[in-house]
Amino acid sequence: MSAADTTTAKVPPVRQSPPPGSTAGTPAPRAGKSTGGAGVPWLLLAPCLLVLLLVLGYPFVRLVTLSFQKFGQPQLWGFQEPESAGLENFTKILGDGEFWAVVLRTVIFAAGAVIVTMVLGMAIALLLQRVSPWVKVLISIVLVASWGMPIIVATAIFKWIFDADYGVLNWLLSRLPGVDMIGHNWFASGPQGLAVIMLLVVWGAVPFVVITLSAGLTQVPKELEEAARLDGAGAWGVFRYVTLPILKPIIVMLTTLSVIWDMGVFPQVYVMRNGHPEAEFQLLTTYSFDKAFVVNDYGTGSAIALVTVLLLLGVVAVYMRQMLKIGDVE
Amino acid sequence: MSAVTSRPRKPGRSKLGWNLLGLLVVLTAGFPVYWMLNTAFKPAKDAIDPNPHFFPSTFTLENFERALDIADFWGPVTRSLVVSAVVVVIGIAVGLLAALAISRFAFRGRKIVIVGILAVQMVPLVAMIIPVFLLLNDLGQYDKISGLIITYLTFILPFTVWTLRGFIVNIPKELEEAAQVDGCTPTGAFIRVVFPLLAPGMVATSVYGFIQAWNEYLYALMLMSQQNQTATVWLSNFITKNGTEYAPMMAGSTMMAVPIVILFLLVQRKMAAGLTAGAVKG
Repeated sequence: MSAADTTTAKVPPVRQSPPPGSTAGTPAPRAGKSTGGAGVPWLLLAPCLLVLLLVLGYPFVRLVTLSFQKFGQPQLWGFQEPESAGLENFTKILGDGEFWAVVLRTVIFAAGAVIVTMVLGMAIALLLQRVSPWVKVLISIVLVASWGMPIIVATAIFKWIFDADYGVLNWLLSRLPGVDMIGHNWFASGPQGLAVIMLLVVWGAVPFVVITLSAGLTQVPKELEEAARLDGAGAWGVFRYVTLPILKPIIVMLTTLSVIWDMGVFPQVYVMRNGHPEAEFQLLTTYSFDKAFVVNDYGTGSAIALVTVLLLLGVVAVYMRQMLKIGDVE
Repeated sequence: MSAVTSRPRKPGRSKLGWNLLGLLVVLTAGFPVYWMLNTAFKPAKDAIDPNPHFFPSTFTLENFERALDIADFWGPVTRSLVVSAVVVVIGIAVGLLAALAISRFAFRGRKIVIVGILAVQMVPLVAMIIPVFLLLNDLGQYDKISGLIITYLTFILPFTVWTLRGFIVNIPKELEEAAQVDGCTPTGAFIRVVFPLLAPGMVATSVYGFIQAWNEYLYALMLMSQQNQTATVWLSNFITKNGTEYAPMMAGSTMMAVPIVILFLLVQRKMAAGLTAGAVKG
């Protein structure tokens, strides 16, 4: 059993679709387990579901109710009961030009980070197959080191490298003929500063993509590549028509996860801007955080958080479909 | 390998090009880590020299001393250790049962459970910080290690279930069936056959979960006060009104990162296998 098996098994156009809600009918290796009663799995699941309900379910419900409430400092300390605000929080943010600027900025930021991460990740994964073993070892060590680096540590390092006065990057760039970057403040403008933060995000995210894709690449049957090559496909052709389709489930998973992570970027911005991101640096996460904890308007902060979650649902839907498909295959 | 060797071109030359490209990747991706180590071990005044030193002129540990006394170091580290360890123990115990249920049983609603557990991973932590903060406030768990542990389960548990599931589906069911034919009960078959095979996967998952909990920043920042801060938040002590003390900060970063990176090195191969299985197998 391998990735290739499961995916190639999917290639024949029409599969017998199992009756909805039951996986017992699928022609799968594990369909054999029909004994044991329906109660056992639920018993095993109970603790997990219970914990998730407590630590996630309840706060999520609270998030939704909060977003429809007027909830500030007095309500937090219990001096006043929270009162219903109806749709006020939502109309307030949706009618605010700044909010839409933040949404747009967040989407561009996340999209940029995801695209760069995936392209670089795929390129390095393919490169790993072609280099000598000792280079491969070196790349792996470096990737694991940057992958394992705590986000907060990575942020500190990037801040240091990009420091206006003593940062090594400005010095390095100034070595180039005709370039004088000494004293250049990368964070003076939002787009430039966010580009640096995007670089930081990508640097931390690429290793996971490379390592997962590399694991996937080892499962691409060599015979298929050979066959494609014999049929006259070039390197690109083999990649496009053999490798890519087989890796598709992994790529979809990685892209979705990246979107979720990159839409949720927080400490990188927060720490990079010393806990007070300027207006030009606000992403949905920091914006919601600011509204809640700086302005003490928890209702509005929650409404913004909820909108973020809804935005992500679109992406999640794609991922879910993929997951359900995979679930069908077994 | 065969992708390269089967090419008609001279293999030696084409490999050289790829290797150079590979080394470029090593230099670029490795530079930030190198710069952290380099700064950590050089005298603080070298760090703020307009002409950067690419090697420490003298190798010194004074940045580490400074880092250790800039604010309590061992307190935050101990708290992070406790939080991460407890979260992992609970996560693995609860997660293993759930992973077993969804990977070894066919039951009504299984798909919904899988989707649910995945969906949970999609909710950004930041979105939940407001209600979690209020909830802990109401429960009197604000600024308590127990409160932090409870909240960390939100992201550790789904991750644990999902990766353990990846490891379980890699263990052929036939092994269990064979043991049952030989007279084991289903539970006995699991304990004697599956569990030992699963152990490396469980270790890898634990280490990963531990690292995730250790590295968490936002909840640690929001739910704990200054005197109860955890290791990640401790690092912000180097940022003062008068600027950032980069050399000691890099020493502090080194102390926080090196053990984690070593742990990562030890388990990452295993994890990649588990994650890939998780991605492509139901």
